[in-house]
Amino acid sequence: MIRVTGLEVVFGKGTPLEKKALSGVDFIAGESQFVSVIGSNGAGKSTLLAAIAGDVLPQAGRIEIAGVDVTRQPTAARAGRIARVFQDPLAGSCGRLTIEENLALADARGSRRGFGLAIGRARREMFRHRLKELGLGLEGRLEDQMALLSGGQRQALSLVMATMAQANVLLLDEHTAALDPAMAEFVLDLTRRVVAETGVTTLMVTHSMRQALDMGDRTVMLHEGRVILDVAGDERRNLDVEDLIHMFRKVRGQDIDDDSLLIE
Amino acid sequence: MSEIAFLGAVEIGLVYALVGIGVFLAFRILDFPDLTVDGSFPLGAAVAAVIITSGIDPWTACLASILAGAAAGLVTAFLNQRFGILHLLASILTMIALFSINLRIMGRPNVALINQDTVLSPFYGLGLAGHYVRPLVVLVIVAIVVWLVARFLRSDFGLAMRATGVNPRMARAQGVKTAVHIYVGMAIANGLVGLAGALFAQTNGFADVTTGIGTIVVGLAAVIVGETLFRPRTIVIALIGCVVGSVLYRLAIQFALSADAVGLQASDLNLVTAVLVAIALILPRLRGRKAEA
Repeated sequence: MIRVTGLEVVFGKGTPLEKKALSGVDFIAGESQFVSVIGSNGAGKSTLLAAIAGDVLPQAGRIEIAGVDVTRQPTAARAGRIARVFQDPLAGSCGRLTIEENLALADARGSRRGFGLAIGRARREMFRHRLKELGLGLEGRLEDQMALLSGGQRQALSLVMATMAQANVLLLDEHTAALDPAMAEFVLDLTRRVVAETGVTTLMVTHSMRQALDMGDRTVMLHEGRVILDVAGDERRNLDVEDLIHMFRKVRGQDIDDDSLLIE
Repeated sequence: MSEIAFLGAVEIGLVYALVGIGVFLAFRILDFPDLTVDGSFPLGAAVAAVIITSGIDPWTACLASILAGAAAGLVTAFLNQRFGILHLLASILTMIALFSINLRIMGRPNVALINQDTVLSPFYGLGLAGHYVRPLVVLVIVAIVVWLVARFLRSDFGLAMRATGVNPRMARAQGVKTAVHIYVGMAIANGLVGLAGALFAQTNGFADVTTGIGTIVVGLAAVIVGETLFRPRTIVIALIGCVVGSVLYRLAIQFALSADAVGLQASDLNLVTAVLVAIALILPRLRGRKAEA
């Protein structure tokens, strides 16, 4: 579960470039809920995820994960509760390490890293099993460098890594935006599968309204650092992209400057 | 090149292999360009020399040198991590401070170790000539260090350290406290350089405050020559590359200086060093260009 209360994030405070990225976000994602987050550029979607993950420290407000206040914790300290997949496929793994070394890093997330061998027989078997399930034929390439894989393969592996160790929360930051359509579809399917299997509370930021409505069971729209729309259940099931745009205009009482970012 | 000159070059190459491994840890594993080694090498030599001349056991002296080097590495890491001073600059500050500290430790610019008990002394009586004993003893120490460092880097903790150097953002997202790994890595790197200094003092019979100058270049030369020759895919190969690179580099220098026909003399050492390192740096690029074409 994630509980965000009165969250404010200001970049470059006190400078001419001061920018309020989040201006008082209140938001609760219940246990095992899968929430898609949309909004135009600069709406605060990525900032919200970064604040929950600990990359950005808020000026005001409170963040709780599974009942624990993590607002002031550095990224590494709260990583045991949070699994992430970044937008950039290169960001979520170490190119110069092998596939199995990356998986071992993820497997130890949230636990103490000791001086035992990182890659033993049991772990390697487990990795091979997990990669076989993935169906990309990577189970025979455990000792290959991560850098040899395509962006899509790396992103799929990032998802596997995210579910390697237990987490309370899964954060997906436009994780299919940099992929070609076929690979994006594959990663989205995989996302549905792992979220259903693990029942982890999930926040998925996306640029695509279609994706936002197709994935998960609740959709939240951010605009200028605030939650302006929050739909779930039957109301959401009957929505299509046109409705969403219409609702957005009604709430804001104005035209969206940049329609292209909201429509497919 | 005579046999004695050859073995002498191998010996000094093996001593500097430890510097190479330390530089490899800082530059390649942590991605932390660290010039502290120019100070931590003579620091190790100074500490060992002073402890040995005061009559204390030479192995204890080696341990003290490792700890002293590690402390120097921690100071650099602290300046960088705690106060955000650029890594290169932080290491230069530690390095120049160490020059004064090393003078203080020794109380004068150099200390002789003639007729003192060193880690080598017990092995001289085994019937082998000194110029065989020294490289053999150092080789054993280097082999143990290679094994320990390789084993360390293949542990969960060591893997997190490698991730810290490759992709710190990802490492933090995986719960790795990157600052801790930079401290530990810098301590190990400079601890090894301190040990190299201690061995240098004991094999050569003196510690001198000026021996540190250019240590970083020699260490880098070892790393780069190793990488150029081996193109390592695993940690163990990379570490062995540092050792072989260091020895080959010393042999190349010895060869260049002893080939009378070339007309070089001992004072040309730094020029030869720079040229050799430049060649080692240029070679992989030329190879890469050919591969592209």
